[in-house]
Amino acid sequence: MSEREAQTTVLHAQQLVKRFGGITATDHVTLELKKGARHALIGPNGAGKTTLINLLTGVLPPTEGRIVLDGQDITDLPPHLRVQRGMVRTFQINQLFDSLSPLQTLALTVSRQQGLGARWWQKLGRNAQVMARCEQLLERFHLSEVMNQPTRVLPYGKRRLLEIAIALSCEPRVLLLDEPVAGVPAGEREELLQTVAALPADVSVLLIEHDMDLVFSFAKYMTVLVNGAVLTEGEPEAIANDERVKAVYLGHGTEATLEDGHG
Amino acid sequence: MAELLRIEDLRAGYGEAVVLQGVSLALEQGQTLALLGRNGTGKTTLINTLAGATRQHGGRIYLGVGAQQVDLSRLPSFERAAAGIGWVPQERNIFKSLTVHENLTAVARPGPWSPQSVYQMFPRLAERKGNLGTQLSGGEQQMLAVGRALVLNPRLLLLDEPLEGLAPIIVEELLRAIARITREEGLSAIIVEQHPQAILAISQQTVVLDRGTVVHQGTAAQLQAQPELLDSLLGVAR
Repeated sequence: MSEREAQTTVLHAQQLVKRFGGITATDHVTLELKKGARHALIGPNGAGKTTLINLLTGVLPPTEGRIVLDGQDITDLPPHLRVQRGMVRTFQINQLFDSLSPLQTLALTVSRQQGLGARWWQKLGRNAQVMARCEQLLERFHLSEVMNQPTRVLPYGKRRLLEIAIALSCEPRVLLLDEPVAGVPAGEREELLQTVAALPADVSVLLIEHDMDLVFSFAKYMTVLVNGAVLTEGEPEAIANDERVKAVYLGHGTEATLEDGHG
Repeated sequence: MAELLRIEDLRAGYGEAVVLQGVSLALEQGQTLALLGRNGTGKTTLINTLAGATRQHGGRIYLGVGAQQVDLSRLPSFERAAAGIGWVPQERNIFKSLTVHENLTAVARPGPWSPQSVYQMFPRLAERKGNLGTQLSGGEQQMLAVGRALVLNPRLLLLDEPLEGLAPIIVEELLRAIARITREEGLSAIIVEQHPQAILAISQQTVVLDRGTVVHQGTAAQLQAQPELLDSLLGVAR
C-alpha cells in the first residue's frame, strides 16, 4: 500500500457528474482529499474546476454521483450545514459584504464560529475573545490599516485578503480555495500561501490556482482536470513532466514569453 | 516613434476623494508601459481615469499623433473608445446577457482585429461562441474581455491585470500576442499586473506609483536588470 493510500480520506467525490443543458461541466470525477492534504486542482480555463468546488460545497446539486465527508454522505446537505461540519471555501470572484468594514465582517463570522451568532445585535467590541481573534486575523492578512473602511472602497488585493481571512475565521477542517491569490500583489502571495500551508496538519486543503510557482511550492499532490474529467493525478514532479499536461495546460515555461521581449 | 499619449498633472478619484495626486507621463506609439505599484497606490484609478470611469479633478489627457491629437479629459467613455481607447477592466465586466460572439460583434470596428482573429488567439472562445457570458468560467471571461478590447481596434490598449485567472499556456499566448501587436501594428499598451517580471519582459517603459504619485519612471530593461530596485519600489522584502 502506498503512503497516500494509507492516509485517511476526509472528502470523497464519487463519480460526480454535472450537466448544464447539453454541456457536461463535470464528467464522472472521482477525487479523494486526504487528511492534512495540500492538494492542488489545476486545468485549462473552462475545465470545470470551479464547478467541482460548487458541487463539493453544495452550491450546485450534482446530476449524478455522491459526495462523502468524514464517511457520511453529504450529497443532499445544504451549503451552510457543510460549513458547520468544517468545510469552508473561498470564491474566485469576491463574495463580500460591501457596506461592512473588514472588522465588522470578521466580527460576524468569528462570533458565529464561537457560538455567539445570535448576539449579532450587540455592540461591536462587547466580547473580548471575539475582538482578540479579529485583531489576530486582521493583522495576519495585512488588513489592520483598513479595518474600519467600508469593504467596497478597498483595493482589489485587500478584498481578496479579506475573503481568505473570512474562510480561516471559520476554523475549517477542509478548506477549498478557488484562485485565492489572484489580484494579490507579488510580494504578499507567497506569504499568504505560507499562512495556508502552515494551517494545522490535520486541516485538508484543496487549491485551485494558475500561478504555477505557488502551486508547485504548495502542493504535495495534484489532480489535473480537462473538459470536466480527470486527465491525471499524482505528485507534483510527475505532473510537471507529463507531456499531456504540458500540451493542454502548462505550456513550455517562460522562455517562450521572453523571446519576444524588447522587440 | 511619435508620442501617442500625454498625461499632464492628472488629478482624479472617486467622488470628492482624490486618489491620483498629479500624475504626468508620456507614451510613444508601439510602446508598452508596465504600470507597477503596491496595492492601493492608484494603478487601477489611473487606468479607469484614462477610460473615463472616474471623476477627474484636474490635469489633461491627450491622445493621438500630431494634428490628430484630441483632449480626452472631458469626453465620456464611449467617445474615448471611439478615439482609440480599448479597456480591459480588472473585474472583466463582460456583457453577461450576450453570447461570446455577440460580445465581440457588438463592439467590433474595422481594423486588423476581428472576432475571427480573437478566436484564433483563444480557440476556447470559439468553442464557446454561442454561450452566454453567465455560462463562462472566470478565465474564459478574462479572454473575452481581452478579445472585446482588441476588436475595437484601439490605438491604446489598457489592460488591468489581464493575466489573472488564465492558464499558464494561455498567459504565454497572450503575452506573445501583446508583444507582437505592439511591435507590428504600432498599438500602444498600458499594463497593470501583479507579476512584474512577466510584463517587464514585453514592456519598454515602466512607471511605479505610490500614494497616487509617480515615484519611478524609466525603461523596463533597467528594472529587469535591477531586481533589488524593483523590490524596494514595490515594497517586497527579500
